[in-house]
Amino acid sequence: MSKTLTFALMDPPFENARSTTAMRLIDLAVKRGLNVNVFAYEGAVYLPFAKQAQHPNAVHGRSLEEENHPLPRAWIAAVMKEAAAKGAKLDWVNCGLCVDERGAGEAIEGVRRGSPADFWKFAEGSDNTLVIGTK
Amino acid sequence: MKVLNIVEAAYRGTLEEQDDPIIWICSAMKGANADIDVLLRGNAVNYAIKAQDASGLSFGGQEQTQPPKIADDLVRLKGKGVKIYVVDDALRERGIEPGELIDGLDFVARSKLARLFGGYDQVWHW
Amino acid sequence: MAKFLLIESRDPFDNNVVARQYDLAVNLVKEGNEVTLFLVQNGVLPARPGAHSALLTATARSGVEVLADDFSLRERGIADNRLVEGVKAASLSVIVDQLANGRKVIWH
Repeated sequence: MSKTLTFALMDPPFENARSTTAMRLIDLAVKRGLNVNVFAYEGAVYLPFAKQAQHPNAVHGRSLEEENHPLPRAWIAAVMKEAAAKGAKLDWVNCGLCVDERGAGEAIEGVRRGSPADFWKFAEGSDNTLVIGTK
Repeated sequence: MKVLNIVEAAYRGTLEEQDDPIIWICSAMKGANADIDVLLRGNAVNYAIKAQDASGLSFGGQEQTQPPKIADDLVRLKGKGVKIYVVDDALRERGIEPGELIDGLDFVARSKLARLFGGYDQVWHW
Repeated sequence: MAKFLLIESRDPFDNNVVARQYDLAVNLVKEGNEVTLFLVQNGVLPARPGAHSALLTATARSGVEVLADDFSLRERGIADNRLVEGVKAASLSVIVDQLANGRKVIWH
């Protein structure tokens, strides 16, 4: 049976390097066929926010298509798809109260709402847990 | 599974959240029967000071009615059976006197953190 | 004996607590544990020979395996054949593997 890792994240997208490093780790874990749980706490509930949108970049003279701006919600969706293709799972839970206070209710498909009790359950049921706190 | 939760960043978003988010999540996890303890290090050792008072904020006449009371939250967490460790070097460096602190804390020297960590299955640094 | 993975994302140029994390790694070794210190993001900056590099070399000499994320190094233009003594470039997959193998892991 495949091993399972749990990650707790706190950072919103586009603000610092931690969210990208976290996605690199999650992507690597899925590529190795591991099951991954993510508990998104605080600003991290914006990582799978459905309304993220690309934009052009006039400073570089790039159109919307040329700029192809990264969207964490698209990364997450792609990693979820890759997990499914490998028979593994990326189970993403957004902390519900964090979602409410931020108005971040519209998340991509496959993301569910939960609570700290879910995070503890994830951790207890995993082979290991990595908490990436914010600063 | 026994987990030590480290809180180092202090007063980050605590006014908007009316809580320290890590002390809060520890309380919530304890409510779900998690076997956890807390370590305050760095600026977060300030959370153990009784005299913290964040009351009185108002924006455009809209007053904050539930300012954070982090020391009280630690006392409550302690009451639920969670050990609250504090790095005593960090207290001294910040000029914090023992009499300023809430009761029931467990003090640990920075040099002894490695031994403390060895006693837990996992250590989560928030 | 336990196995620890300390992930250091911050650098000693901007953060004076980072040196304490290196000390923690050394103290964990002194307690009889096996320890990897994995540098990521700006945490790789002292791997380039400079003002704070001696801290990393001393950490490695104390028995800590010190690794630096190869992507973070490249992102910052730090050639992996120019790292200070004791630091080796490594893939981020080391973190995933050590997590999967049950190491106690702490992110700073």
